[in-house]
Amino acid sequence: MDTIFALSSGQPPAGIGVIRVTGRQARAALKAIAGVVPEARKATRAVFCDVSRETLDDGLVLFFPGPNSVTGDDLAEFHCHGGRAVIAAVERALADIDGCRRAEPGEFTRRAFANGRINLSEAEGLADLLSAETEIQRRSAMAMMGGVLSRQVEGWREDLLRLSAQVEAVLDFDDEDDVSALPDSFNSRLSALHDSVHDALDAPHAETLREGYRVALAGPPNAGKSTLFNALVESEAAITAEIAGTTRDILTRSIALGGIPFTFVDMAGLRDETGDQIEAIGISRAREEIALADLVLWLGPEGEGPDLAWEIEAKADHQGAERKASAAHRISARTGEGMDELRRALIDKARRAMPAPGSAALNARQRERLSDSVSSLDAAQNENDPLLVAENLRRTRQAFDALLGRTSTEDVLDTLFGRFCIGK
Amino acid sequence: MNHFDVIIVGGGHAGAEAAAASARAGARTALVTFDAATLGAMSCNPAIGGLGKGHLVCEVDAFDGLLGRAADAGAIHYRMLNRSKGSAVQGPRVQADRKRFRAAVQTMLAAQENVTIVEGEAAELLLTGERVMGVRLSDGSEMRASAVVLCTGTFLGGSLFRGEERFDGGRIGENSAQKLAVQLRSAKLPMSRLKTGTPPRLDGRTIDWSRLEEQPSDADQWTMSPLTRERMNPQVFCAITRTNARSHEIIAENLHRSPLFTGAIGAAGPRYCPSIEDKIHRFADRDGHQVFLEPEGLDTHLVYPNGISTSLPVDVQLAMLRTMEGLEQVVMEVPGYAVEYDHIDPRALGPDLQVKSMPRLYCAGQINGTTGYEEAAAQGLLAGLNAACTILDRAPPAIDRSNSYMAVMIDDLTLHGVSEPYRMLTARAEYRLRLRANNATSRLTPFALAAGAVGRERAKWFAEREDERSTWNTALAQAVSAVELNAHGLPVKRDAGRKVLTEWLALPDVTMSDLSPWLPEGCDPHSALASELSEDAAYAPYLARQEAELRDLRSSEALALDSNFPFAEVPGLSNEMIERLIAAQPPNLAAAGRVRGITPAALAALLVHAKRRNQAA
Repeated sequence: MDTIFALSSGQPPAGIGVIRVTGRQARAALKAIAGVVPEARKATRAVFCDVSRETLDDGLVLFFPGPNSVTGDDLAEFHCHGGRAVIAAVERALADIDGCRRAEPGEFTRRAFANGRINLSEAEGLADLLSAETEIQRRSAMAMMGGVLSRQVEGWREDLLRLSAQVEAVLDFDDEDDVSALPDSFNSRLSALHDSVHDALDAPHAETLREGYRVALAGPPNAGKSTLFNALVESEAAITAEIAGTTRDILTRSIALGGIPFTFVDMAGLRDETGDQIEAIGISRAREEIALADLVLWLGPEGEGPDLAWEIEAKADHQGAERKASAAHRISARTGEGMDELRRALIDKARRAMPAPGSAALNARQRERLSDSVSSLDAAQNENDPLLVAENLRRTRQAFDALLGRTSTEDVLDTLFGRFCIGK
Repeated sequence: MNHFDVIIVGGGHAGAEAAAASARAGARTALVTFDAATLGAMSCNPAIGGLGKGHLVCEVDAFDGLLGRAADAGAIHYRMLNRSKGSAVQGPRVQADRKRFRAAVQTMLAAQENVTIVEGEAAELLLTGERVMGVRLSDGSEMRASAVVLCTGTFLGGSLFRGEERFDGGRIGENSAQKLAVQLRSAKLPMSRLKTGTPPRLDGRTIDWSRLEEQPSDADQWTMSPLTRERMNPQVFCAITRTNARSHEIIAENLHRSPLFTGAIGAAGPRYCPSIEDKIHRFADRDGHQVFLEPEGLDTHLVYPNGISTSLPVDVQLAMLRTMEGLEQVVMEVPGYAVEYDHIDPRALGPDLQVKSMPRLYCAGQINGTTGYEEAAAQGLLAGLNAACTILDRAPPAIDRSNSYMAVMIDDLTLHGVSEPYRMLTARAEYRLRLRANNATSRLTPFALAAGAVGRERAKWFAEREDERSTWNTALAQAVSAVELNAHGLPVKRDAGRKVLTEWLALPDVTMSDLSPWLPEGCDPHSALASELSEDAAYAPYLARQEAELRDLRSSEALALDSNFPFAEVPGLSNEMIERLIAAQPPNLAAAGRVRGITPAALAALLVHAKRRNQAA
């Protein structure tokens, strides 16, 4: 198997960059670049050079011999300075080593799994834990790792198996006098199962948890959106770096408030545009943002905001500002008046939209399987021929099994491992 | 001559099919039986087919086997079970005159080239190392062969039980193969015991039929085998009676005299065909059980009471019978009994039914832990055909769970083993919508032809049918607009557009007869082929949805696990999983996933290791 490497620390530039190398050539990589294979598990200072003996950096190296490393294979770490050029140079030098290549997403974990260092469910939970940035995310990941979803699906699966058994009895023992027809309770049980799965689909999504409760600030120019946006996000540490390529007219910032992940969206940039066409684009973007948001804070004229938006009276300290008769919040971002109440209300609202601690939050793939099962259960309810009822129940079972990974083939693994950041 | 390609041991349903299939494929075949007159005997129920079982009969027939035609030759009562349900679960079943059925099997075997019937007891396998070279008969003579198929039924180490009585034997009044049983046990094959039972036989002249509900034979003229042109025998009716509180009392009072409850029989019997004493014991709340009274033949007054197999003492059996309506004066001709016999753990077999540790030894039927004539016949056919194909260096038929019940059965047996006699059920076939009894020919005859195992008559019939099918396919591929259909009075919306006829057929309100205006002459919408094609159309949306599943299955099947795969070395597998995997030796990843108790994580770990191992190889 190839030796693989990847940057394990955050994207450069950063204070330091940690590059991990694992596989048979890990020792050779240390020798070639650091000139030494250090004592196992002991940080050792070294000068990094490439093949032409040109000095690349001055840093630390560590060596973890297999099988007692995280991946189960020999593993080396190069701690270098976190500049883009330095990291790129060390990576180039690694790629020059025979049998050494850049890792695919999730490949380190895949290797750990293949070497029996972790099992599949640990890997699944780990994927979520690694991406958890807030307390509520961490608790949800722990719950998933603890099998909350599996238990729920197993429960449904048992109900389903009971229903299937009843239909199968009718199909296979038609000539026996006690199972010639479905019991009366069959339909009510089937619909109870359908409703239960359907409810779970309606429950808060994992994406809300991962991407944060999305709050859009909307209103006409000069309504105080940017001031409020800054007041909400300023004192808080951003939990994700701003995504490159974000259009300058939409500003988003993800922060944690009270342990809950939020993404605030300011459409401030839209207001400064003149020219009809650009204005039109701006409006359509604003509409998209409003549709995408979990909550809109409306700073414009009373009653003109989108449905279910919170009416915000934004300039409580401002004398001539418009007063709202039924404002949900009267605030002044400048003086801080009403801000604590607004934050508390946001936290309270978002918490209710988040998966309850300890409950299963479904991701998109899981929801897709569940909606497959809901539509099969639907079809089963509308079918008279027990053979086709049975087929629809079988399809539901397939969907549950896929959810639990029972039919686990490579696709499931690829999906799972594709979620990992390189080098974790 | 005492050298053959294939020797079949046993002349029951498995043995007869094995011999005929091997011979059809062109292998010189010998069939060894205690008594040639009992070839094709129905030991228990005088019926062939049923739910799941009827599918097997049609599949055996599609391979040009004997069972379907013999069933038609003996049939005195036809009944399509599940008639009101979807056609994929309809189960053809016939009651067969024992004598006529047996005669038909014997006639077909006698007419089959390459088959030699040898009377005797196969006492011992001739071995060179682990490899089978033939059999030694109890008279000391040796028969050599390249392969041996064991179809010993209940005769391998068989013992009979009736109340306090015990006999050695595989059927009442017949010997059992004790020596062979001893040899197989000492060959370290995983052997175990199972049990089955049979009810008493009644004198039909002493039954008061007038008081009982009659069940007539189906009026429509279907047959088991499409090669049977028409029904051959007069049709008789069956009748239904019931056990009652008094019968249950008698049984309950005497449970302590049943070998099932005294501990004399330790082996498990079929849950799906329990003895009457089992039924009373396990379902004590039921106040009665149905008993079907089935005539055993046209020239006999014997009647088979289906539903009360028993090993109670003779006096209890009679007393119990006489409590039932219509049976107050009944005379019992032969009492029921239970039989316990040796079987091999079928996980010791490969998917070709060959014993993995003893090359060229094949097993089929009850020896593999199954129950039923149909299950036995299907295994016999495949074991005989696989043995012949191996010797003749031909590829064995590529059947799998998505194209046949036969493959479902063999896969279940060889991966899961058995804890009770295995009976076919439609529920076992996850792709049953495509496995209808009436499309067995289309599914399987091409495989049989490729294996060279189809006789001239069927080959000719099939070729004609294929021509007819291609005419139909062309006709049904025509695109017709909703407006045209509507103009002919069909209940379709006028704005439903233009579709090919097969798509219109998928609508519940459109039948093949409705499409007559667009069918060429000679395409009879009431023919068997027409109904197969319209069922295909009706199920097409479901089958299309299964395609993704099947692709997934095929890709896991493509990942082979070799016979030395080191399951114990795969990290993350529990000891229990390792044991099950070693016992089942799944040939590929898909099969490993079907082994009970294998978790997704375990499967993923297997996947990784199999890939790595295949890369290294």
